[in-house]
Amino acid sequence: MDDVTRALEDAHRREWAFVLAATVRVAGDLDLAEECAQEAYVSALAAWQRDGVPRSPGAWLTTAARHKALDALRRASTLRRKLPLLVEPVEADATGRAAGQVLDAADGGWAAGGTAGGGVPDDRLRLLFTCCHPALAPEAQVALTLRLVCGVPTPDVAHAFLVPEATMAARITRAKKKIQGARIPYRVPAAAELPERLDSVLTVVHLLFSTGHTAPSGAALVRDDLCERAVDLARTVVALLPDEPEARGLLGLLLLTHARRHARTDPEGRLVLLEDQDRDRWDPVLVSLGLKLTAEALTAGPAPGRFALQAAIAGVHAAAPTFADTRWDRVVGLYDRLLAVWDSPVVALNRAAALAFLPAPDGGPEAALAVVDTLAADPRLAGYPYLPAARADLLRRLGRSTEAAAAYQESLLLTQNAAEQAFLAGRLAAVRP
Amino acid sequence: MAKYSILIYGDEAYYASLTPEGVAAVMDAHGAFAKAVGELGGQLLGGEELDSVSTATSVRGGAVTDGPFVETKETLGGFYLVEARDLDHAIEIAKLCPAPTGGIEVRPVVDHS
Repeated sequence: MDDVTRALEDAHRREWAFVLAATVRVAGDLDLAEECAQEAYVSALAAWQRDGVPRSPGAWLTTAARHKALDALRRASTLRRKLPLLVEPVEADATGRAAGQVLDAADGGWAAGGTAGGGVPDDRLRLLFTCCHPALAPEAQVALTLRLVCGVPTPDVAHAFLVPEATMAARITRAKKKIQGARIPYRVPAAAELPERLDSVLTVVHLLFSTGHTAPSGAALVRDDLCERAVDLARTVVALLPDEPEARGLLGLLLLTHARRHARTDPEGRLVLLEDQDRDRWDPVLVSLGLKLTAEALTAGPAPGRFALQAAIAGVHAAAPTFADTRWDRVVGLYDRLLAVWDSPVVALNRAAALAFLPAPDGGPEAALAVVDTLAADPRLAGYPYLPAARADLLRRLGRSTEAAAAYQESLLLTQNAAEQAFLAGRLAAVRP
Repeated sequence: MAKYSILIYGDEAYYASLTPEGVAAVMDAHGAFAKAVGELGGQLLGGEELDSVSTATSVRGGAVTDGPFVETKETLGGFYLVEARDLDHAIEIAKLCPAPTGGIEVRPVVDHS
């Protein structure tokens, strides 16, 4: 690969969102902006080979894409689109220059990659908040974010979520139409709505990571590329909203989880539980960075939110030298706090799993099993494969093999991921008399 | 500004069971909503309360039948037409609309001008 191609790929990965988000403002239309941004990347190849890679590739691409958008609009001015995207006019920044008017500024004039000064929010935030608007279906939010913010081509987005390409293309088109038709504004929410809307963004990033972390089906357990996209997004959100502890908490959580990725499967691709993982294979750089972010998220506000608390739980595991040395009292305590801010049956199930490692009578497998059996009645957990898996594990540890086998079988029927299926089948064979 | 319809869905049985004081309280809540729309920078263009679904008649391909077009537990009980800046603004307005049972559906109105 030559230098120009490498620079271009790098610019696509790091600056796509920046280029597209700034172009949307000129184009007033997501599709047109996407086309122009793509054309800018195409034209960059020849131009950079001829003139060399510019000092600021992001600024070069943005300028090119915005020029293309202006040209397209001039050509189409007679058949001006009926429903332009609702782009808010930009307040002038401290220097009196509106952020939307840097089109013809020289390369250096465009603060590529960073937060815009003077209180003008970065365009990437507008793009992200628009893609993650709660008026869009959750699966559409995730798809749009991958497509528009990460610049992942539609076939790859379809592949990531294991749906046919045509289905994914239709899903993305429908979401774009709703943005335009229902007039979802292209803007960063006001301070009053920010916590709720940010939660929506963080949920999308977390879902993206989880989808990669345990691929819902297929042979591989982890899809690293999806996880890395999610980590990049979380990093961007922290950079753009440095005062939001929950964003920091999410990034901490993702880094601490991502740090374990090489230890989660053995060389044959089989699942390795936290209990059996070789902790020397955890990425020490990600662990220390994750712990630092988690500590910041926990101490920043008056009451930590759900991402900060989840990160704290991951942090207790990361800090334990061995599984046996895990501070389960802290883990259970953090789950209690998490349940107080986020009443989720999945959290309650995880808490029960941790409870099994505390001494009886308050803890231990017996006490945990009682909690899990109560949770089994919750309709929100119907069909959730980790519930029978957790039951099976507790029954196995209590020596109740027949019941454990039945629970492993139930869990096997519910999971689609091959690595997980192989793990459960192994456990099932071991408890069968 | 764009037009949005605010569709109020709810359980008719609830409204039927209200005491006169309860009915007055609902009417007051709608009066307060009408005022709040303007205070939020929107504009109330119209709105009506619909009579019970038991009075509904459906016409499908010329065939006339008794009852609503779609049978649901929560029925469309009334609507407003408002003018708002964008969907966020319309949602902000919709959140203030009384819907003690059920909820609100926000639908943009197609501009044919």
